[in-house]
Amino acid sequence: MDFTRRDALIVGTGAAVAAMLPLRAFASATEDAIAAFTGGADVADSGVTLTAPEIAENGNTVPISVSAPGAESIIILASGNPNPEVVGFNFGPLAGSQEASTRIRLAGTQDVYAVAKMSDGSFAMTKASVKVTIGGCGG
Amino acid sequence: MAEGVKPRVKVPRKAAAGDVITIKTLISHKMESGQRKDKDGNVIPRSIIHTFTCKFNGELVMSANLHGAISTNPYFQFEAKVPEAGDFTFEWLDDDGSVYTDQKSIAIG
Repeated sequence: MDFTRRDALIVGTGAAVAAMLPLRAFASATEDAIAAFTGGADVADSGVTLTAPEIAENGNTVPISVSAPGAESIIILASGNPNPEVVGFNFGPLAGSQEASTRIRLAGTQDVYAVAKMSDGSFAMTKASVKVTIGGCGG
Repeated sequence: MAEGVKPRVKVPRKAAAGDVITIKTLISHKMESGQRKDKDGNVIPRSIIHTFTCKFNGELVMSANLHGAISTNPYFQFEAKVPEAGDFTFEWLDDDGSVYTDQKSIAIG
């Protein structure tokens, strides 16, 4: 079979693209989730407070708390999890404050993001680094 | 998995009108994430509570969309305004279609 230089290039490019795809998908899943939430709008970097432990011994249950005065919804994303979405909070008219605490799973040491949608339509984001001693995804 | 699911909610019995109170909720649920494998290497299908809603006299206080990364026995703590006496209703929606509910009354005084 003839294997010309052109064929070799095409095969090579295809292989390179294929090799990069999963890597890209992993790195940008969080960015995609943020973009899906904000619709590509500008995101301010103040206005949200995310409280998470610096070191979590057990990734199966990491207590976090998020607060964003004036927010109507807040999403939490874990950049190092197989699926970055963790939880989305929506606050109604009777919410006493735009604040909530819960417990989440983290697969390993990673950054946790909180993105808030304010009632005026703007967005704000913050992140916190959590070191995880034992990952929480089983497997 | 509808067996053994037990919601627990902590709401103060009384509050002054207009007060902001703290609510804590916990529901026993294994929250199978869909990432784990059994000993034969088969993925255990996802089975989680996907939505939680808290309302006071029919008006929304807080709702949450849960994903696989919420821990076993999902716990929430949040604050609510109490304009009048009434009932808090809590609702958890399971992937399998089950609905778990709880209700707490609060008095003014």
